[in-house]
Amino acid sequence: MRVATEQQLSLLTGAEAAAHAMRQINPDVVPVYPITPQTPIIETFAQFVADGLCDTEIINVESEHSAMSAAVGASCAGARVMTATSSQGLALMLEIVYIAAAMRCPIVIAIGSRALSGPINIHCDHSDSMMARDAGCVQLFAENAQEAYDLMIIAQRLAEDHRVLVPVMVMQDGFTITHSAEPVALLPDEVVKDFVGEYEPLYPLLDVDHPTTQGPFVLPDYYFELKRQQVDALDAARTVWLELQERFAEISGRRYQGFFEAYKLSDAEYVLVVLSSTAGTAKVTIDRLRRKGIKVGLVKPWVFRPFPAQEIAQALAGKRAVAVLDRAISLGSWGPLYLEISAALGRYLPKKPALYNYIYGLGGRDTPPELLASVVTDMQNEVDPTVLRYLGLRE
Amino acid sequence: MKRYQELPIGGVIPGGATPHLVQTGGWRSGKKPLFNEKLCVNCLLCWAHCPEATIMVERLQMRGFNYDHCKGCGICSQVCPTGAIIMVEETKNEPTPSAAKASEEVCV
Repeated sequence: MRVATEQQLSLLTGAEAAAHAMRQINPDVVPVYPITPQTPIIETFAQFVADGLCDTEIINVESEHSAMSAAVGASCAGARVMTATSSQGLALMLEIVYIAAAMRCPIVIAIGSRALSGPINIHCDHSDSMMARDAGCVQLFAENAQEAYDLMIIAQRLAEDHRVLVPVMVMQDGFTITHSAEPVALLPDEVVKDFVGEYEPLYPLLDVDHPTTQGPFVLPDYYFELKRQQVDALDAARTVWLELQERFAEISGRRYQGFFEAYKLSDAEYVLVVLSSTAGTAKVTIDRLRRKGIKVGLVKPWVFRPFPAQEIAQALAGKRAVAVLDRAISLGSWGPLYLEISAALGRYLPKKPALYNYIYGLGGRDTPPELLASVVTDMQNEVDPTVLRYLGLRE
Repeated sequence: MKRYQELPIGGVIPGGATPHLVQTGGWRSGKKPLFNEKLCVNCLLCWAHCPEATIMVERLQMRGFNYDHCKGCGICSQVCPTGAIIMVEETKNEPTPSAAKASEEVCV
Protein backbone atom coordinates (compact mmCIF):
# COMPACT_ATOMS: atom_id res chain seq x y z
CA MET A 1 0.00 0.00 0.00
CA ARG A 2 1.26 3.45 -0.93
CA VAL A 3 1.33 5.95 1.92
CA ALA A 4 1.63 9.72 1.74
CA THR A 5 4.99 10.69 3.17
CA GLU A 6 4.32 14.37 2.87
CA GLN A 7 1.24 16.34 1.99
CA GLN A 8 1.42 19.84 0.70
CA LEU A 9 -1.22 22.28 1.87
CA SER A 10 -3.05 23.99 -0.97
CA LEU A 11 -5.46 26.90 -0.71
CA LEU A 12 -8.63 25.41 -2.21
CA THR A 13 -12.36 25.88 -2.10
CA GLY A 14 -14.46 22.87 -1.18
CA ALA A 15 -15.54 22.62 -4.81
CA GLU A 16 -11.93 22.61 -6.00
CA ALA A 17 -11.00 20.05 -3.37
CA ALA A 18 -13.78 17.74 -4.60
CA ALA A 19 -12.63 18.29 -8.20
CA HIS A 20 -9.06 17.32 -7.22
CA ALA A 21 -10.40 14.12 -5.70
CA MET A 22 -12.21 13.41 -8.97
CA ARG A 23 -9.05 14.13 -10.98
CA GLN A 24 -7.06 11.69 -8.85
CA ILE A 25 -9.79 9.04 -8.97
CA ASN A 26 -9.97 9.53 -12.77
CA PRO A 27 -13.47 8.14 -13.40
CA ASP A 28 -14.27 6.72 -16.85
CA VAL A 29 -17.44 8.75 -17.32
CA VAL A 30 -18.83 11.95 -15.74
CA PRO A 31 -22.25 12.97 -17.09
CA VAL A 32 -23.10 16.34 -15.58
CA TYR A 33 -25.27 19.42 -15.80
CA PRO A 34 -24.30 22.72 -14.14
CA ILE A 35 -26.19 24.15 -11.17
CA THR A 36 -25.24 26.62 -8.45
CA PRO A 37 -23.46 26.03 -6.09
CA GLN A 38 -22.14 22.75 -7.48
CA THR A 39 -20.93 24.26 -10.78
CA PRO A 40 -17.35 25.03 -9.67
CA ILE A 41 -16.86 21.32 -8.93
CA ILE A 42 -17.49 20.25 -12.51
CA GLU A 43 -16.01 23.48 -13.91
CA THR A 44 -12.70 22.78 -12.17
CA PHE A 45 -12.84 19.11 -13.10
CA ALA A 46 -13.61 19.90 -16.76
CA GLN A 47 -10.50 22.11 -16.80
CA PHE A 48 -8.42 19.20 -15.46
CA VAL A 49 -9.78 16.98 -18.25
CA ALA A 50 -9.14 19.69 -20.88
CA ASP A 51 -5.58 20.03 -19.57
CA GLY A 52 -5.07 16.29 -20.02
CA LEU A 53 -4.61 15.62 -16.30
CA CYS A 54 -7.15 12.80 -16.46
CA ASP A 55 -8.87 11.04 -19.32
CA THR A 56 -12.48 11.02 -18.20
CA GLU A 57 -15.26 11.21 -20.76
CA ILE A 58 -17.41 14.16 -19.68
CA ILE A 59 -20.91 13.98 -21.12
CA ASN A 60 -22.63 17.37 -21.28
CA VAL A 61 -26.28 16.46 -21.01
CA GLU A 62 -29.45 18.53 -21.21
CA SER A 63 -30.63 18.08 -17.61
CA GLU A 64 -29.82 16.34 -14.34
CA HIS A 65 -32.42 13.69 -15.17
CA SER A 66 -30.32 12.90 -18.24
CA ALA A 67 -27.09 13.17 -16.22
CA MET A 68 -28.17 10.41 -13.87
CA SER A 69 -29.68 8.38 -16.72
CA ALA A 70 -26.36 8.51 -18.57
CA ALA A 71 -24.56 7.69 -15.32
CA VAL A 72 -26.70 4.57 -14.83
CA GLY A 73 -26.10 3.47 -18.43
CA ALA A 74 -22.35 3.96 -18.15
CA SER A 75 -22.22 2.26 -14.77
CA CYS A 76 -24.15 -0.77 -16.05
CA ALA A 77 -21.74 -0.92 -18.98
CA GLY A 78 -18.97 -1.33 -16.40
CA ALA A 79 -17.57 2.19 -16.13
CA ARG A 80 -16.50 4.05 -13.01
CA VAL A 81 -18.91 6.98 -12.89
CA MET A 82 -19.15 10.20 -10.91
CA THR A 83 -21.39 13.24 -11.15
CA ALA A 84 -22.31 16.33 -9.14
CA THR A 85 -25.41 18.38 -8.45
CA SER A 86 -27.37 20.59 -6.03
CA SER A 87 -30.92 21.35 -4.99
CA GLN A 88 -33.29 21.39 -7.99
CA GLY A 89 -30.75 19.36 -9.91
CA LEU A 90 -30.94 16.59 -7.33
CA ALA A 91 -34.73 16.90 -7.34
CA LEU A 92 -34.80 16.38 -11.11
CA MET A 93 -32.24 13.60 -10.83
CA LEU A 94 -34.00 11.83 -8.02
CA GLU A 95 -36.23 9.58 -10.09
CA ILE A 96 -33.12 8.00 -11.58
CA VAL A 97 -31.16 8.06 -8.30
CA TYR A 98 -33.67 5.53 -6.94
CA ILE A 99 -33.09 3.44 -10.06
CA ALA A 100 -29.30 3.75 -9.77
CA ALA A 101 -29.51 2.49 -6.20
CA ALA A 102 -31.85 -0.36 -7.13
CA MET A 103 -29.67 -1.36 -10.10
CA ARG A 104 -26.72 -1.25 -7.69
CA CYS A 105 -24.68 1.31 -9.61
CA PRO A 106 -21.76 2.57 -7.50
CA ILE A 107 -21.97 6.18 -8.72
CA VAL A 108 -20.37 8.85 -6.54
CA ILE A 109 -22.43 12.06 -6.46
CA ALA A 110 -20.86 15.27 -5.13
CA ILE A 111 -23.53 17.55 -3.70
CA GLY A 112 -23.18 21.26 -3.02
CA SER A 113 -26.03 21.49 -0.49
CA ARG A 114 -28.63 24.09 -1.41
CA ALA A 115 -32.19 24.85 -0.39
CA LEU A 116 -34.95 23.45 -2.54
CA SER A 117 -37.35 25.84 -4.23
CA GLY A 118 -39.73 27.33 -3.40
CA PRO A 119 -39.30 30.08 -2.84
CA ILE A 120 -36.32 29.90 -5.14
CA ASN A 121 -33.03 30.34 -3.28
CA ILE A 122 -29.44 29.39 -4.07
CA HIS A 123 -27.99 29.20 -0.56
CA CYS A 124 -27.28 26.33 1.76
CA ASP A 125 -29.60 24.09 3.62
CA HIS A 126 -29.99 20.33 3.61
CA SER A 127 -33.46 20.03 2.11
CA ASP A 128 -31.98 18.59 -1.11
CA SER A 129 -30.06 15.70 0.42
CA MET A 130 -32.79 15.03 2.99
CA MET A 131 -35.29 14.71 0.14
CA ALA A 132 -33.04 11.93 -1.21
CA ARG A 133 -32.51 10.15 2.10
CA ASP A 134 -34.75 7.18 1.29
CA ALA A 135 -33.35 6.59 -2.22
CA GLY A 136 -30.97 3.81 -1.16
CA CYS A 137 -27.69 5.75 -1.33
CA VAL A 138 -24.99 6.13 1.27
CA GLN A 139 -24.99 9.78 2.42
CA LEU A 140 -21.84 11.39 3.80
CA PHE A 141 -21.67 14.96 5.16
CA ALA A 142 -18.41 16.96 5.10
CA GLU A 143 -17.73 19.77 7.56
CA ASN A 144 -15.08 21.54 5.48
CA ALA A 145 -13.06 21.36 2.26
CA GLN A 146 -10.61 18.84 3.70
CA GLU A 147 -13.41 16.47 4.65
CA ALA A 148 -15.09 17.01 1.28
CA TYR A 149 -11.85 15.89 -0.42
CA ASP A 150 -11.26 12.94 1.90
CA LEU A 151 -14.85 11.73 1.81
CA MET A 152 -14.94 11.80 -2.00
CA ILE A 153 -11.97 9.43 -2.08
CA ILE A 154 -13.38 7.14 0.60
CA ALA A 155 -16.79 7.27 -1.14
CA GLN A 156 -15.44 5.81 -4.38
CA ARG A 157 -13.97 2.77 -2.66
CA LEU A 158 -17.05 2.41 -0.44
CA ALA A 159 -19.48 2.52 -3.38
CA GLU A 160 -17.53 -0.02 -5.42
CA ASP A 161 -16.99 -2.58 -2.67
CA HIS A 162 -18.86 -5.69 -3.80
CA ARG A 163 -20.60 -5.94 -0.44
CA VAL A 164 -22.08 -2.47 -1.02
CA LEU A 165 -22.52 -1.44 -4.71
CA VAL A 166 -24.83 1.53 -4.21
CA PRO A 167 -24.43 5.23 -5.06
CA VAL A 168 -22.70 7.42 -2.48
CA MET A 169 -23.58 11.10 -2.05
CA VAL A 170 -20.93 13.39 -0.58
CA MET A 171 -22.45 16.60 0.77
CA GLN A 172 -20.61 19.86 1.32
CA ASP A 173 -22.47 23.03 2.28
CA GLY A 174 -23.19 25.27 -0.70
CA PHE A 175 -21.14 28.50 -0.76
CA THR A 176 -20.07 28.11 2.90
CA ILE A 177 -17.76 25.30 1.79
CA THR A 178 -18.05 25.03 -2.01
CA HIS A 179 -16.93 28.65 -2.52
CA SER A 180 -14.74 29.30 0.54
CA ALA A 181 -11.01 28.74 0.24
CA GLU A 182 -9.11 27.08 3.07
CA PRO A 183 -5.92 25.03 3.39
CA VAL A 184 -6.43 21.47 2.13
CA ALA A 185 -3.86 18.67 2.31
CA LEU A 186 -3.97 16.79 -0.99
CA LEU A 187 -2.63 13.25 -1.12
CA PRO A 188 -0.15 12.40 -3.87
CA ASP A 189 -1.95 11.19 -7.02
CA GLU A 190 -0.46 7.71 -6.90
CA VAL A 191 -1.54 7.23 -3.27
CA VAL A 192 -5.15 8.02 -4.20
CA LYS A 193 -4.99 5.80 -7.29
CA ASP A 194 -3.66 2.95 -5.17
CA PHE A 195 -6.36 3.49 -2.52
CA VAL A 196 -9.31 3.49 -4.92
CA GLY A 197 -7.84 0.79 -7.18
CA GLU A 198 -9.62 -0.43 -10.30
CA TYR A 199 -13.40 -0.81 -10.36
CA GLU A 200 -14.38 -4.41 -10.92
CA PRO A 201 -18.02 -4.45 -12.06
CA LEU A 202 -20.04 -7.56 -11.25
CA TYR A 203 -22.17 -7.65 -14.40
CA PRO A 204 -20.72 -5.27 -17.01
CA LEU A 205 -23.01 -5.03 -20.03
CA LEU A 206 -19.96 -4.66 -22.29
CA ASP A 207 -18.92 -8.19 -21.34
CA VAL A 208 -20.79 -9.64 -24.33
CA ASP A 209 -19.56 -13.14 -23.61
CA HIS A 210 -21.65 -13.05 -20.42
CA PRO A 211 -24.89 -11.32 -21.45
CA THR A 212 -27.27 -10.09 -18.77
CA THR A 213 -30.69 -8.49 -18.62
CA GLN A 214 -30.56 -5.38 -16.40
CA GLY A 215 -33.33 -3.25 -15.03
CA PRO A 216 -36.15 -5.70 -15.84
CA PHE A 217 -39.80 -5.18 -14.99
CA VAL A 218 -40.28 -6.78 -11.58
CA LEU A 219 -43.70 -7.86 -10.39
CA PRO A 220 -44.98 -8.49 -6.84
CA ASP A 221 -43.28 -11.90 -6.83
CA TYR A 222 -39.72 -10.43 -6.70
CA TYR A 223 -39.85 -6.65 -5.98
CA PHE A 224 -39.91 -7.13 -2.19
CA GLU A 225 -36.85 -9.42 -2.27
CA LEU A 226 -34.84 -6.95 -4.37
CA LYS A 227 -35.65 -4.10 -1.96
CA ARG A 228 -34.55 -6.33 0.91
CA GLN A 229 -31.18 -6.77 -0.83
CA GLN A 230 -30.74 -2.98 -0.73
CA VAL A 231 -31.18 -3.10 3.05
CA ASP A 232 -28.26 -5.53 3.21
CA ALA A 233 -26.18 -3.28 0.95
CA LEU A 234 -26.56 -0.32 3.30
CA ASP A 235 -25.91 -2.51 6.33
CA ALA A 236 -22.71 -3.70 4.66
CA ALA A 237 -21.76 -0.07 4.01
CA ARG A 238 -21.41 0.33 7.78
CA THR A 239 -18.79 -2.42 7.95
CA VAL A 240 -16.96 -1.26 4.84
CA TRP A 241 -16.94 2.37 6.03
CA LEU A 242 -15.22 1.32 9.27
CA GLU A 243 -12.68 -0.78 7.36
CA LEU A 244 -11.95 2.04 4.92
CA GLN A 245 -11.35 4.66 7.56
CA GLU A 246 -8.62 2.44 8.98
CA ARG A 247 -7.04 2.18 5.53
CA PHE A 248 -7.52 5.88 4.91
CA ALA A 249 -5.87 6.74 8.22
CA GLU A 250 -2.86 4.65 7.20
CA ILE A 251 -2.38 6.46 3.90
CA SER A 252 -3.27 9.98 5.02
CA GLY A 253 -2.79 10.25 8.76
CA ARG A 254 -6.36 11.57 8.97
CA ARG A 255 -8.65 9.33 10.98
CA TYR A 256 -12.41 9.36 10.64
CA GLN A 257 -13.12 7.41 13.81
CA GLY A 258 -16.55 5.78 13.79
CA PHE A 259 -19.63 7.23 12.16
CA PHE A 260 -19.48 10.68 13.73
CA GLU A 261 -16.97 13.09 15.19
CA ALA A 262 -17.31 13.38 18.95
CA TYR A 263 -15.98 16.77 20.05
CA LYS A 264 -15.45 17.23 23.82
CA LEU A 265 -18.23 14.71 24.27
CA SER A 266 -17.02 12.33 26.98
CA ASP A 267 -17.59 14.60 29.99
CA ALA A 268 -20.29 16.76 28.38
CA GLU A 269 -23.63 17.28 30.14
CA TYR A 270 -25.16 19.08 27.17
CA VAL A 271 -24.74 17.95 23.59
CA LEU A 272 -25.29 19.60 20.24
CA VAL A 273 -25.88 17.30 17.24
CA VAL A 274 -25.35 18.94 13.87
CA LEU A 275 -24.25 18.05 10.33
CA SER A 276 -21.69 19.74 8.08
CA SER A 277 -20.18 23.20 8.30
CA THR A 278 -22.24 24.37 11.29
CA ALA A 279 -20.29 21.81 13.30
CA GLY A 280 -17.31 24.16 12.94
CA THR A 281 -19.36 27.00 14.45
CA ALA A 282 -20.49 24.60 17.17
CA LYS A 283 -16.88 23.79 18.11
CA VAL A 284 -16.09 27.49 18.54
CA THR A 285 -19.23 27.90 20.63
CA ILE A 286 -18.39 24.88 22.76
CA ASP A 287 -14.87 26.17 23.43
CA ARG A 288 -16.30 29.53 24.57
CA LEU A 289 -18.91 27.91 26.81
CA ARG A 290 -16.39 25.53 28.34
CA ARG A 291 -14.24 28.51 29.34
CA LYS A 292 -17.29 29.55 31.38
CA GLY A 293 -17.42 26.10 32.94
CA ILE A 294 -20.40 24.79 30.98
CA LYS A 295 -19.81 21.21 29.90
CA VAL A 296 -20.96 21.06 26.29
CA GLY A 297 -19.99 18.58 23.58
CA LEU A 298 -20.73 17.88 19.94
CA VAL A 299 -21.83 14.93 17.82
CA LYS A 300 -21.19 15.59 14.13
CA PRO A 301 -22.34 12.65 12.00
CA TRP A 302 -20.33 12.01 8.84
CA VAL A 303 -22.67 9.20 7.89
CA PHE A 304 -26.40 9.93 7.68
CA ARG A 305 -27.28 6.88 5.56
CA PRO A 306 -26.87 4.19 6.78
CA PHE A 307 -27.91 5.96 9.99
CA PRO A 308 -25.66 4.98 12.93
CA ALA A 309 -28.58 4.79 15.38
CA GLN A 310 -27.10 2.51 18.01
CA GLU A 311 -23.71 4.24 18.06
CA ILE A 312 -25.25 7.70 18.45
CA ALA A 313 -27.68 6.49 21.12
CA GLN A 314 -24.77 5.03 23.09
CA ALA A 315 -22.80 8.25 22.73
CA LEU A 316 -25.75 10.23 24.14
CA ALA A 317 -26.46 7.86 27.05
CA GLY A 318 -26.24 9.56 30.43
CA LYS A 319 -26.26 13.10 29.04
CA ARG A 320 -28.48 15.69 30.70
CA ALA A 321 -29.85 17.17 27.47
CA VAL A 322 -29.30 16.89 23.73
CA ALA A 323 -30.25 19.47 21.08
CA VAL A 324 -30.49 18.25 17.50
CA LEU A 325 -30.00 21.04 14.96
CA ASP A 326 -31.67 20.43 11.62
CA ARG A 327 -30.95 22.42 8.46
CA ALA A 328 -34.06 20.98 6.84
CA ILE A 329 -37.60 20.38 7.95
CA SER A 330 -39.96 17.56 7.15
CA LEU A 331 -42.94 19.89 6.78
CA GLY A 332 -45.80 18.62 8.88
CA SER A 333 -43.31 16.89 11.16
CA TRP A 334 -39.95 17.85 12.73
CA GLY A 335 -36.33 17.87 11.54
CA PRO A 336 -35.13 14.70 9.81
CA LEU A 337 -31.97 14.34 11.92
CA TYR A 338 -34.04 14.80 15.09
CA LEU A 339 -36.50 12.13 13.98
CA GLU A 340 -33.65 9.65 13.50
CA ILE A 341 -32.10 10.40 16.87
CA SER A 342 -35.42 10.40 18.66
CA ALA A 343 -36.11 6.95 17.23
CA ALA A 344 -32.58 5.81 18.13
CA LEU A 345 -32.92 6.91 21.77
CA GLY A 346 -36.33 5.27 21.98
CA ARG A 347 -34.96 2.01 20.62
CA TYR A 348 -31.72 1.73 22.57
CA LEU A 349 -31.85 3.79 25.79
CA PRO A 350 -34.06 2.92 28.78
CA LYS A 351 -33.26 6.31 30.35
CA LYS A 352 -33.18 9.12 27.81
CA PRO A 353 -31.69 12.59 27.95
CA ALA A 354 -34.06 15.52 27.33
CA LEU A 355 -34.14 15.83 23.55
CA TYR A 356 -34.67 19.13 21.73
CA ASN A 357 -35.05 19.98 18.06
CA TYR A 358 -34.05 23.28 16.48
CA ILE A 359 -34.53 24.15 12.82
CA TYR A 360 -31.76 26.50 11.69
CA GLY A 361 -30.17 28.04 8.62
CA LEU A 362 -32.93 27.43 6.07
CA GLY A 363 -32.19 29.07 2.72
CA GLY A 364 -28.70 30.06 3.89
CA ARG A 365 -29.76 31.97 7.04
CA ASP A 366 -26.61 32.68 9.06
CA THR A 367 -26.13 30.79 12.31
CA PRO A 368 -23.49 32.54 14.44
CA PRO A 369 -22.05 31.15 17.71
CA GLU A 370 -24.40 33.31 19.80
CA LEU A 371 -27.40 31.44 18.41
CA LEU A 372 -25.83 28.07 19.18
CA ALA A 373 -25.01 29.31 22.69
CA SER A 374 -28.68 30.23 23.14
CA VAL A 375 -29.55 26.58 22.50
CA VAL A 376 -27.31 25.53 25.38
CA THR A 377 -28.95 28.20 27.59
CA ASP A 378 -32.36 26.76 26.67
CA MET A 379 -31.15 23.30 27.70
CA GLN A 380 -29.82 24.64 31.00
CA ASN A 381 -33.19 26.32 31.62
CA GLU A 382 -34.96 23.03 30.86
CA VAL A 383 -37.35 24.59 28.36
CA ASP A 384 -40.20 22.45 27.05
CA PRO A 385 -38.76 19.70 24.77
CA THR A 386 -42.17 19.05 23.18
CA VAL A 387 -41.96 22.32 21.27
CA LEU A 388 -40.17 22.53 17.90
CA ARG A 389 -37.91 25.58 17.98
CA TYR A 390 -36.38 27.79 15.31
CA LEU A 391 -32.96 29.47 15.43
CA GLY A 392 -32.53 32.91 13.93
CA LEU A 393 -36.12 33.15 12.76
CA ARG A 394 -38.01 36.43 13.13
CA GLU A 395 -41.07 35.44 15.13
CA MET B 1 -39.34 -19.03 -5.67
CA LYS B 2 -35.94 -17.86 -4.53
CA ARG B 3 -35.21 -16.10 -1.23
CA TYR B 4 -33.66 -12.64 -1.44
CA GLN B 5 -30.24 -13.98 -0.48
CA GLU B 6 -30.25 -16.31 -3.49
CA LEU B 7 -31.05 -13.74 -6.17
CA PRO B 8 -28.41 -11.86 -8.19
CA ILE B 9 -28.32 -8.27 -6.92
CA GLY B 10 -30.04 -5.38 -8.62
CA GLY B 11 -32.58 -7.48 -10.49
CA VAL B 12 -29.86 -8.63 -12.90
CA ILE B 13 -30.82 -11.70 -14.92
CA PRO B 14 -27.65 -13.50 -16.06
CA GLY B 15 -27.86 -15.14 -19.47
CA GLY B 16 -29.13 -12.32 -21.64
CA ALA B 17 -32.50 -11.92 -23.29
CA THR B 18 -35.57 -13.23 -21.47
CA PRO B 19 -38.73 -12.47 -23.50
CA HIS B 20 -39.13 -16.11 -24.54
CA LEU B 21 -39.72 -16.87 -20.84
CA VAL B 22 -42.72 -14.56 -20.57
CA GLN B 23 -46.07 -15.16 -22.27
CA THR B 24 -47.00 -11.59 -23.06
CA GLY B 25 -49.56 -12.60 -25.71
CA GLY B 26 -52.31 -12.25 -23.13
CA TRP B 27 -51.71 -8.49 -23.06
CA ARG B 28 -52.78 -8.17 -26.72
CA SER B 29 -56.01 -6.35 -27.25
CA GLY B 30 -57.22 -5.00 -30.57
CA LYS B 31 -55.06 -5.91 -33.52
CA LYS B 32 -52.58 -8.65 -34.33
CA PRO B 33 -49.93 -8.80 -37.08
CA LEU B 34 -50.39 -10.92 -40.20
CA PHE B 35 -47.59 -11.98 -42.54
CA ASN B 36 -47.63 -12.05 -46.37
CA GLU B 37 -44.81 -14.39 -47.37
CA LYS B 38 -44.89 -13.25 -51.01
CA LEU B 39 -43.90 -9.69 -50.10
CA CYS B 40 -41.24 -10.59 -47.53
CA VAL B 41 -37.59 -10.01 -48.46
CA ASN B 42 -36.28 -11.50 -45.19
CA CYS B 43 -34.55 -8.32 -44.10
CA LEU B 44 -35.52 -9.32 -40.52
CA LEU B 45 -36.07 -5.74 -39.41
CA CYS B 46 -39.23 -7.07 -37.72
CA TRP B 47 -37.13 -9.54 -35.73
CA ALA B 48 -34.64 -6.84 -34.72
CA HIS B 49 -37.34 -4.42 -33.59
CA CYS B 50 -39.82 -6.76 -31.92
CA PRO B 51 -39.58 -6.19 -28.15
CA GLU B 52 -40.72 -9.76 -27.46
CA ALA B 53 -39.89 -13.20 -28.81
CA THR B 54 -42.68 -13.09 -31.38
CA ILE B 55 -40.95 -13.21 -34.76
CA MET B 56 -40.20 -16.79 -35.70
CA VAL B 57 -37.05 -17.19 -37.80
CA GLU B 58 -35.56 -20.34 -39.26
CA ARG B 59 -32.28 -20.29 -41.18
CA LEU B 60 -32.52 -16.50 -41.60
CA GLN B 61 -36.03 -16.86 -43.07
CA MET B 62 -39.03 -15.09 -41.54
CA ARG B 63 -41.57 -17.80 -40.69
CA GLY B 64 -44.41 -15.86 -39.03
CA PHE B 65 -45.45 -14.99 -35.48
CA ASN B 66 -45.59 -16.76 -32.15
CA TYR B 67 -48.76 -15.15 -30.79
CA ASP B 68 -48.04 -16.40 -27.25
CA HIS B 69 -45.56 -13.51 -27.04
CA CYS B 70 -47.14 -10.87 -29.30
CA LYS B 71 -48.50 -7.83 -27.43
CA GLY B 72 -49.95 -6.38 -30.63
CA CYS B 73 -47.75 -3.27 -30.48
CA GLY B 74 -47.48 -3.10 -34.29
CA ILE B 75 -43.82 -2.11 -34.42
CA CYS B 76 -43.11 -4.96 -36.88
CA SER B 77 -45.63 -3.61 -39.38
CA GLN B 78 -44.25 -0.09 -38.95
CA VAL B 79 -40.66 -1.11 -39.70
CA CYS B 80 -41.48 -3.58 -42.51
CA PRO B 81 -40.17 -1.92 -45.71
CA THR B 82 -42.30 -3.99 -48.12
CA GLY B 83 -45.71 -4.07 -46.42
CA ALA B 84 -45.42 -7.78 -45.79
CA ILE B 85 -46.74 -7.30 -42.25
CA ILE B 86 -50.10 -5.69 -41.60
CA MET B 87 -52.13 -5.31 -38.42
CA VAL B 88 -55.62 -6.84 -38.54
CA GLU B 89 -58.48 -7.50 -36.13
CA GLU B 90 -57.97 -10.56 -33.92
CA THR B 91 -60.76 -12.47 -35.72
CA LYS B 92 -59.22 -12.18 -39.20
CA ASN B 93 -56.77 -14.79 -40.43
CA GLU B 94 -55.71 -13.39 -43.81
CA PRO B 95 -54.92 -9.96 -45.17
CA THR B 96 -57.97 -8.26 -46.67
CA PRO B 97 -57.82 -7.88 -50.47
CA SER B 98 -57.57 -4.11 -50.17
CA ALA B 99 -54.77 -4.33 -47.61
CA ALA B 100 -52.94 -6.85 -49.77
CA LYS B 101 -53.35 -4.59 -52.76
CA ALA B 102 -52.03 -1.62 -50.81
CA SER B 103 -49.10 -3.74 -49.73
CA GLU B 104 -48.30 -4.66 -53.28
CA GLU B 105 -48.31 -1.03 -54.25
CA VAL B 106 -45.85 -0.24 -51.48
CA CYS B 107 -43.73 -3.12 -52.71
CA VAL B 108 -43.59 -1.63 -56.20
